[in-house]
Amino acid sequence: MSGPADFSAADGGTLRFTGDLSLSRLGTLPDRLNAFDGTATVLDLSGVGRFDTVGAWVVHRFAAKSGAEIRGLDADKRHLLDQVEQADQPVAMRPEHVNPLTRVLGEVGQAVATAFHTLHGLLGFLGATTLAFLNVARHPSRFRFNAVVHRFEVVGVSALGIIGLMSFLIGMVIAQQGAVQLRQFGAEVFTINLVGRLTLREMGVLMTAIMVAGRSGSAFAAQLGTMKLTEEIDAMRTIGVSPMEALVVPRVLAAVLLMPLLGFYSSMIALIGGALLSWATLEIPPITFIQRIREVVPITDLYVGLIKAPVFGAIIAIAGCFQGLQVESDAEQVGSRTTAAVVQAIFLVIVLDAFFAVFFTWLGWN
Amino acid sequence: MARSDEPIIRVRGLRNQFGEQMIHDGLDLDVRRGEILGVVGGSGTGKSVLMRSIIGLQQPTAGEITVFGEPTLGRDETETVDIRKRWGVLFQGGALFSTLTVAENVQVPLREFYPNMDPALTDQIASYKVVMTGLPPNAGPKYPAELSGGMKKRAGLARALALDPELLFLDEPTAGLDPIGAAAFDELTRSLQRTLGLTVFLITHDLDTLHAICDRVAVLADKRVIAIGTIDELIATDHPWIAEYFSGPRGRAAVQSQHAAQARTTS
Repeated sequence: MSGPADFSAADGGTLRFTGDLSLSRLGTLPDRLNAFDGTATVLDLSGVGRFDTVGAWVVHRFAAKSGAEIRGLDADKRHLLDQVEQADQPVAMRPEHVNPLTRVLGEVGQAVATAFHTLHGLLGFLGATTLAFLNVARHPSRFRFNAVVHRFEVVGVSALGIIGLMSFLIGMVIAQQGAVQLRQFGAEVFTINLVGRLTLREMGVLMTAIMVAGRSGSAFAAQLGTMKLTEEIDAMRTIGVSPMEALVVPRVLAAVLLMPLLGFYSSMIALIGGALLSWATLEIPPITFIQRIREVVPITDLYVGLIKAPVFGAIIAIAGCFQGLQVESDAEQVGSRTTAAVVQAIFLVIVLDAFFAVFFTWLGWN
Repeated sequence: MARSDEPIIRVRGLRNQFGEQMIHDGLDLDVRRGEILGVVGGSGTGKSVLMRSIIGLQQPTAGEITVFGEPTLGRDETETVDIRKRWGVLFQGGALFSTLTVAENVQVPLREFYPNMDPALTDQIASYKVVMTGLPPNAGPKYPAELSGGMKKRAGLARALALDPELLFLDEPTAGLDPIGAAAFDELTRSLQRTLGLTVFLITHDLDTLHAICDRVAVLADKRVIAIGTIDELIATDHPWIAEYFSGPRGRAAVQSQHAAQARTTS
């Protein structure tokens, strides 16, 4: 076994290479060759041990630069060197460099175009979903009862635990913060108004919508995206099953029907949390708490929450299904589309919540 | 350094078990230096599991594996770095890093194992590897998503060859390629093997590949290697699965086309 790669200059411009000209034994040889400024007419490789493509490449590049002749190779090494020489072609290595200003402007333009494109697509998808619902209503035999029940379980029943815990804690936090602030005015008793009106009107449904978007909206996007990738959806179409009816309708229906239930459940648990905290810190017994809730919370607050819930459910399910069906070609898109589905759903839910707030005030439900 | 007549991969008494299911039991295999060994077997006989055991991605239940004369099982990853440098692996789908361009993919092993190497030289090495594996010169800055299946495999091969390995593992390299692309890939494997003096461990279902480039073929069945040898030797054995495999309609067609190809080259 020979030593690390090395070379020495002899008379008459001959460079003698010794050692292993291979990647692991090359060491600083390429740098030293680059720094070599004498004349070289012959490269003698007869003393070389192991010889791989990297060694061949370094020798070839040096020979090409200095115009030297390579000698002293046996048939195998000569063959290897020939192959490497043949592979010496100009190859593009990096994407073309773009001026930063152009790039930023381009990205801004692209983002705006994508936003409008998505809005357009989402509206189109809303229309397609509505048509699918009408079709199913006209041909009730096409309604997939089992699929819907299965979605009920996934979207609703299995979410009860996490939504309950979240709502309970939110009820307690609202009550605790309210009590601390209102105590300054000696108005602790209004904590009950705060908890009751806030949870029934806003927090219960809004927090449930955010949780459902994170749990189910993302799952819808990932499921449909994966089905798109594995060509399941194309297979459905060729068999004559409409993916809109088989996949989208059950999901949207489940979300629309379960959001009011989950929202109501969330509000009730939040009230229980608030009641327990009021009992513990303000010494308001639960029975008094319930009594006060009945007096201070108008029934319209409950209606406000229950009217908003199905709309939010529809938005979450439609955004999830829409983004899932936008997946094309590669697995990375499943991830980015799932993220987009959740972000879009929460954004739209909050925007619509603001509109609802103005609308109900205008109705006089305050 | 290992003697040249010693097998480059040596597997003894390998056992792989997933729960109740036994994949390998008492599997022995030798891969000789400088050969292309084809590994065949029905679906689920553990061809990929065998490869994953040898390259250390799968911890076998029992048995011993030596590569380049050194045991690989039960050792720390840091201890086997020197062995890992000397092999290259091409996974079924190419397994290119999707966030990197083709050129960057080829440079990953170089940067990982030789962090002090001059960036200009790593660029040059990546560029000639790209050409050597038959990719078009404009493929360097492309991302894997922009490549066709055949090009992905070529790019994966370029990455597997980045460190000039002595041993190359190919997992179904021609699966999913059209016949022309598959034949070209076989040709490429053969010529690289000759040029670089590679030993190739090749898992395949492709009878044409077996006939065209494999020196020996190992048959996996009944949880072990039931036969190993040249195709003619295998056909001479009387195991029903092997007979079915090589003498079924597809096997016969592959033999005929191979004979026709030989006739063309000799005439």
